This record gives sequence, C-alpha cells and structure tokens, in this order.
Amino acid sequence: MEWLQQLINGISLGSIYALIALGYTMVYGIIKLINFAHGEVFMVGSFIGFISISVWGLGFFPALLLSMTACAIFGVLIERIAYKRLRNATRIAALITAIGVSLLIQNGVIYIRGAQPAAYPDVFANTSYNFFGAQISSQAILILSVSVALMLILQFIVHKTKIGKAMRAVSHDAEAAKLMGINVDNIISATFAIGSALAGAAGVIFGVYYTKIDPLMGVIPGVKAFVAAVLGGIGIIPGAMVGGLVLGVVETVVSALGFSLWRDAAAFIILILILIFRPAGIFGKNTREKV
Amino acid sequence: MKKSKQFWPFIGSAIAAYAVIQLLISMGILDDFYSNILIFMSINIILAVSLHLIIGITGQFSLGHAGFLAVGAYISAIVTMKLDLPFPVAILLAGIMATLAGLVVGIPSLRLRGDYLAIATLGFAEIIRIIFLNIDYVGGAAGMQVTHMTTWTYAFVCLFVTILVIVNFTNSRHGRACISVRENEIAADAMGINTTYYKVMAFAIGAFFAGVAGALYAHNFYIIQPQNFGFLKSIDILVYVVLGGLGSLSGAVVATVLLTIVSTFLQDYPETRMIIYSLVLIIVMLYRPKGLMGTMEITDYFKLWRSWKGDKQHGK
Repeated sequence: MEWLQQLINGISLGSIYALIALGYTMVYGIIKLINFAHGEVFMVGSFIGFISISVWGLGFFPALLLSMTACAIFGVLIERIAYKRLRNATRIAALITAIGVSLLIQNGVIYIRGAQPAAYPDVFANTSYNFFGAQISSQAILILSVSVALMLILQFIVHKTKIGKAMRAVSHDAEAAKLMGINVDNIISATFAIGSALAGAAGVIFGVYYTKIDPLMGVIPGVKAFVAAVLGGIGIIPGAMVGGLVLGVVETVVSALGFSLWRDAAAFIILILILIFRPAGIFGKNTREKV
Repeated sequence: MKKSKQFWPFIGSAIAAYAVIQLLISMGILDDFYSNILIFMSINIILAVSLHLIIGITGQFSLGHAGFLAVGAYISAIVTMKLDLPFPVAILLAGIMATLAGLVVGIPSLRLRGDYLAIATLGFAEIIRIIFLNIDYVGGAAGMQVTHMTTWTYAFVCLFVTILVIVNFTNSRHGRACISVRENEIAADAMGINTTYYKVMAFAIGAFFAGVAGALYAHNFYIIQPQNFGFLKSIDILVYVVLGGLGSLSGAVVATVLLTIVSTFLQDYPETRMIIYSLVLIIVMLYRPKGLMGTMEITDYFKLWRSWKGDKQHGK
C-alpha cells in the first residue's frame, strides 16, 4: 500500500500549495498582477505562528487565527504602499515592483533575525492511524481538514456574501464595477487581505507539518503555488485548488520513483508544458486576442 | 548612415581606455583587487547589455538570464578543464552552446507574453540549474574547479565586441524591427514584420553574449556551483537593466558600473546589499518607471545640449 501512502503525502503537500495558490489566483484575477511577494507573506505567516506558539505559548488554533489576521494586515499594507500606485503602470513595471517587494521582505527578515532556520514546536501528539495499510499521521488529517475548511469558507465568501459578489464584479470588469457604485480600491484590498490570510494559514500548517522554517522558505513554495495557479487556470478559484493538489501529488510521485533531486524540475516542466499547450489552464477558456 | 560618425571615435576611445588600464595594471598601480573589480565589472556589463537587448530593445521580459550564464560557464569549464583546449575556443563554444540553449528556450516560450513569458523563462533557468546539479560529470552540487584564466585583456575584448555588435544590431534594420516589436507587437505584425523571428533572434544574440560572460565568469572565480546561477543572479542582472533604463544601452552600462562598485563595498553584508537592490527596484518603478535614462543614450544628451546651446546663440 505504498502508493496510497504516497498519495496521502502528496495531497497533504498539495493542499498547502493550494492554499497559497488561492491568494495568487485571486489577486491575479482582480488586478492582473503576479504578486511575487505572496510567497514571502507565507513565510512571515509561518514565523508569526512560530512566535505565538513557542514564545507566547498559544495553542494551534489561536496561533493560526493570529497569523491569518496579521498576514491579512500585512498583505493590505503591501498593496497600499507598493502596488496601489501601479494600477495604471505597465505589467512589467508591476512585476518588477513585486519582485522588489519580495526581495525586500526576505532580506528584511534575514536582517532582523538572521538566516538560520528555526524548529517548529510540536503542537500535537503525533499518533498514526492505520488506513488500508497506509500510515496517516494525525497531522496529515489536521492539515487536510483545516485546508478543506478554509477553502469551503472561501467559496462561501466568494459566492454568498456581498463582498464576494463585488470581488467577482471587479475581476470581471473593474470600470463597470466602479460605475455600479462598488468601491474598487476597498475590494482590491479585501482580496489581498483574504489571499494573504490564506497564505498565513498555509505558513502555520507548513511549519507544523515540516517542522523546519527559515526566511527563504517562501521562494520555492511561492513559485510552485504560482505553477499550481497557472495549471488550474489563473484567476479561477477551484482551478487553484485542483492545480495545487495535482502538483503536490505529481511531486510526491516523482520523489517516490527515486528522482527526488528532479522534484523541483518537475513543477517547472509542468508549467512550461501547460503554458505551451494550454495557456488558459485546466479550467480556463481560451480567449481570442483583440486589437 | 548617420550613426557611423560615432564609430571611429568609439573605437579610438575604447582602445585608449584599454591601453591606459593595461598600462596601470602592468606598472602595478592597479593591484589585483582593483583589476578584479574591473574584470567583474566587464562581465556584469556584458550580461547587462545582452539582457538589455532582450528586455530593453525587444521588450521580452526574461527572468532566465542566469540560465544562459550557467550554460556558458559550464561549457567553457568543460572545454578548458576536461578537454584541455585553449581559453578563446572555450569562450566561443560557450557562446555557441548558450545560443543553442537560447533557441531551445526561445522558440517555445516566445509564444507567450508579458508575465507568462517571465515565469516560463524563470522555469527554464531553474531547469537548466537542476540539470547541472544532477550531472556528476560537472561535479553536481559540489561544483567544478576551474583555473583562473580571465585577464583584463580577455574581459575587455569580449566587452568591446559585445557592445559593438549590440549597438550595430540596434541601429540596423533588424534592430528597428525589434524596437517595433517592443512598441506594439500587433502593429509590427500588421506592418509585415515577422515578430517571432525577431524575438527569437534577439533571444539568441542575448544568450550568446550571456554565454561569453559565463565563460569569463567561470574562469575568474576558481569554482562554479549550480547555486551561483539561481533566480537571484537573474535578478542581479535585471536590476542593472531596470535601473539604467529599459531601452538605454549606455544607461545599463552606467548602472552596472555604479552597482558593481556599491556591491563590492557591501560584499561582507549580503543582506544590506539585497535590501538596497530591492529598494532600488521598488523606488525606481514607483517614481521613475522608465529607469534613470529612459530610452535615451548618453550621446542623445550631448546632442540635446548642443542644440540647446545653438538655439541660445541664435537668440531663440
């Protein structure tokens, strides 16, 4: 039953990617910006969780909530300070700024606390359950249930609340939404807040599951979450979830086949194949270019 | 062509600059530390100018320049260390192999635009790095020992050829076609310009010179390791081009010279250096998105100045 085991590991990893990818996809859907700093929000969230558990002695769920709140504020600050002026700038200018913000946060954290990794404290007794011959740890179950719960809450917010309706309207056509009396700036900030909160939650979950965090931990998961978002069709929320899970499973399978050094390459090869053959992603529709 | 008037003064001043520095080095006034900075500066200028051709002139946002640098570095190291061929052959082969890599990367990914192209090139550069990481023949993660062969003469000749080729390319019919792709790809297409051809061509030329820079880089640092050619290296090169002005060759050169000096002084404080770099990126993009010089060249400023003085004399 080794394959079942790998599948479960892959889904655990994939749900972390999915949580980060949701933030990418929501921001891209609304202002067409690849928020490179999103991986750094994930890292900051992980560190906030670390401090609240090991220094302030909070439990897992208070730490998770604290980290999500702090990341939401952090995300809005990034948007207000760096990205807001660039609404009408070229795409390249926005992308370069996002890269700059990402490097600034990384190196700011290194500057403050040093580059050495930190070990996440154990918050749960690690018991394993036997499930058709595969070992499932309580942590894996926890990760899955928290991720699924967060995704359900997100679906609820996007489809059933007024702010979600406004978000969908802005991502469809910002100008028309403005004419209908929607405060576009506030909706964009709300999108950043929700996306960053999800990244913060992913950070805490990552820390609990992999137990080692460091200031550069956001780079690779950030880029891979972007790959997941593109895989599912960027701008489409269910696409990010499916893309994240697929990517997690593929990576685990590549490792299990004995090519663990090629694991990172697998994600990029998927990215390039999808960009070449189906740039709109799994769930996307092809749009014709107009002059 | 009117630009050819600048050609001979350029060659003259380049030879003079080379001769003066070579004289200072051979007299021992410039010691190893300074000549090393000069070589490093030349390598960075080659990289910046070759990326300038891709981003500034053709408008294709590539985040994978370190990948071509890696190809050049490893190929040249194999040629000199494993095959025992002379260094100039290594430089040439490094350029040619990097061009091939540029074609392999360019032909599929240039169907993409804007941020998708940026991410795809980033992905390709990472794949190149992971490939070198997994080949035991070139030392894997431990890296490869390379003897020091890069001298000021090699660095200067490569720099000179790079700038000459790229300036002439930019001012040629092909260069103008590339600029039209940057300004408006659909309009360029409609005017009968084969946009894919010019994009791939710019990519291949840019990759060639990045490969040349890779050869110089490998033979200047005694050891090459895959982690030297990661995403951050691409960002380093990008900062030179963005700060100088997207579309200005002399701007890229000036920015490279400035930033190389700054980063030499901050060598012991890598975080401070990266914080400065990232602030430069953010502030330049927020307040002066064209970069320091926009699409102007230094010679354009001379012309402006001259016409301004002329206007004054005529009492306008």
